[in-house]
Amino acid sequence: MTAMTQVAERLQPWLAAIEQRPQGGPRWLQDLRDRAASRFAALGFPTVRDEEWRFTNIAPIAVAEFRPAAADASRATELDLAGYLYTDAAHRVVVVNGRFVPELSRASGLPSGVRVGSLATAVTEQADVVQRYLGQLADFGTKAFTALNTALTADGAYVYIPDGVVLEQPIHVLFVTTPSASSGPVMTNARALIVAGERSQSRIVETYAGARGSVYFTNAVTEVFAGENAVVDHYKVQQESTDAFHIASMHVNAARSSNFSSHSFSLGGRLVRNDASALLDGEGAECTLNGLYLADGERLVDNHTTIDHAKAHCPSHEIYKGIIGGKARAVFNGKIIVRQDAQKTDAKQTNRALLLSDNASINTKPQLEIFADDVKCTHGAAIGQLDEDAIFYLRARGLTYFEARDMLIHAFAGDILDRVKIEPLRVALEGELYAQLAKDLAEIDAV
Amino acid sequence: MLDIKNLQVKVEGKQILKGIDLHVNTGEVHAIMGPNGSGKSTLARALSGHPEYEVTGGTVLFQGKDLLDLDPDERAREGVFMAFQYPVEIAGVNNAYFLKAALNAKRKHHGEPELDAMEFMQLIKAKSALLEIDQSMLSRAVNEGFSGGEKKRNEIFQMALLEPTLAILDETDSGLDIDALKLVATGVNAMRGPDRSIIVVTHYQRLLDYIVPDYVHVLSAGRIVKSGGKELALELEKKGYGWIEAGAQPVGAVKA
Repeated sequence: MTAMTQVAERLQPWLAAIEQRPQGGPRWLQDLRDRAASRFAALGFPTVRDEEWRFTNIAPIAVAEFRPAAADASRATELDLAGYLYTDAAHRVVVVNGRFVPELSRASGLPSGVRVGSLATAVTEQADVVQRYLGQLADFGTKAFTALNTALTADGAYVYIPDGVVLEQPIHVLFVTTPSASSGPVMTNARALIVAGERSQSRIVETYAGARGSVYFTNAVTEVFAGENAVVDHYKVQQESTDAFHIASMHVNAARSSNFSSHSFSLGGRLVRNDASALLDGEGAECTLNGLYLADGERLVDNHTTIDHAKAHCPSHEIYKGIIGGKARAVFNGKIIVRQDAQKTDAKQTNRALLLSDNASINTKPQLEIFADDVKCTHGAAIGQLDEDAIFYLRARGLTYFEARDMLIHAFAGDILDRVKIEPLRVALEGELYAQLAKDLAEIDAV
Repeated sequence: MLDIKNLQVKVEGKQILKGIDLHVNTGEVHAIMGPNGSGKSTLARALSGHPEYEVTGGTVLFQGKDLLDLDPDERAREGVFMAFQYPVEIAGVNNAYFLKAALNAKRKHHGEPELDAMEFMQLIKAKSALLEIDQSMLSRAVNEGFSGGEKKRNEIFQMALLEPTLAILDETDSGLDIDALKLVATGVNAMRGPDRSIIVVTHYQRLLDYIVPDYVHVLSAGRIVKSGGKELALELEKKGYGWIEAGAQPVGAVKA
């Protein structure tokens, strides 16, 4: 039996799960779920014949019959969060198995009008805002996982920053999955809606995590609206269990003169797919999409990015770096679209991967679609092992081979880590990444 | 200090050094000269322990120890320093951070306490003036975006910090203009002393106007074919290498 027929046959349990989708709420929300459900049924799961999924076979997810996590499974404690709280963040949204948990969340000391909390609550309390934005960027018409997420949307994280508000403290959004022993492997439907008003300024960290060693599936969709002149400094930290599956998409709409920047750190997960898409929808909008990922063991980390320059005078910056060891595989696909009206676009893309072993591999592809004539677009990719000349140079100055290697790897990763503007987050990420690397390198040296 | 006997080295399967004998006493400055391809740089790199330079015969004793038995980093910590002909650019590694790590690796090896950031900065300040090393060279990544002259000054600066017992300068003069050359030579001359030996590998006599050697050796086809005092360099400048290659007998012969 091929993987493809397996996927088709195994769709049935998923359709059954969708039949049991959340009900209630306003008419428009029910309608949104219904439309997404029928799209998922029509699309089915993508296969490797789908250009967007050529190198990432999601059959292990399709055949595993993950069940949507029950709402009452949200029995997380502060202790479950301990490993993922980079700091004692003043503003915190904790979503466990897709449900907002008020006891673990904090929203004290926020300027008036700012909402940081449950998406389900916002559906009733800020109905007009949520209706206006939810599902507007995340395309469930053609993307199966987005359709699945939208059909099952019951709750999630909601961040609303009114016009002109400058937040001093970062907001930490934490999606945690706590699998229950009785009901088999679970799927967490993680949904986030972030609306940053005109001239607002905020820093938002999204963390995805679950108990080490547990098998589950996180299907995440985040939508971000950056209003005119808004500054949004976003970080995504993926620290799932190394046996977990993580499929996530982030969709950004950047209005005129806004500045959206996102750094993605992908450390965990057995099969990981991150889609990051930004639409530069107003003149002078600036966008940064950077990423750093670590793939080891037999893991697969796939990053797909799209920066869509729809209007003129928009600069975009993109650097993705990966450290790949063991028999791990990575995929990078960086699409840059420059629409006909987007004159004076200045887009830069760099993709680099460091292969720590002969069995590690990456498929990388820059994809430039340019329809304007007065633009600057550059892209570069560099894949390779550690530079032997650099190692010798450092050794010739007295550093051991191991010290030299560490110094070079840390320099490679530090290029992205140093861009994290939230100091405690940077320190925590460094600690996590370097500890994981030290383990990987020790395994390499033991061979 | 350094005792090389019948050293033979292969690079990529090709025999480059065919039996080098060289004895360097403490406090001496030796110049190794020779035409392109004679094996000058191979000698320097083999002494530093470069993995692509395979020693196929001979012995090298450094302060009584078997140098060839040591890894490149052990040689460095023991006090051997090679100034690279082509210093390597290392993206993302801050130059000052690198220098501190190198210095402390050596200090640790010799049982000396590691320097903290403050002590290190003081040392840097004291040593940087002579080579005109400015703050920007220290805060940039190692050699990245450095001009040719800056790279070579950075090499000699490292030598000044690490205070090696044996310094080997591999064509440090290549590609330098006269001002940079003088600066580098001043740095090297400041390092001359009774406890330190220096081997200067160069194609051109010009560097030796500024770093005056005690002995000059001429390499040809993998052997030292002539040795003499500093006047030998001047003679070479006048007559060219052809004069040596045509008439001279090898000083050290391969015992086949």
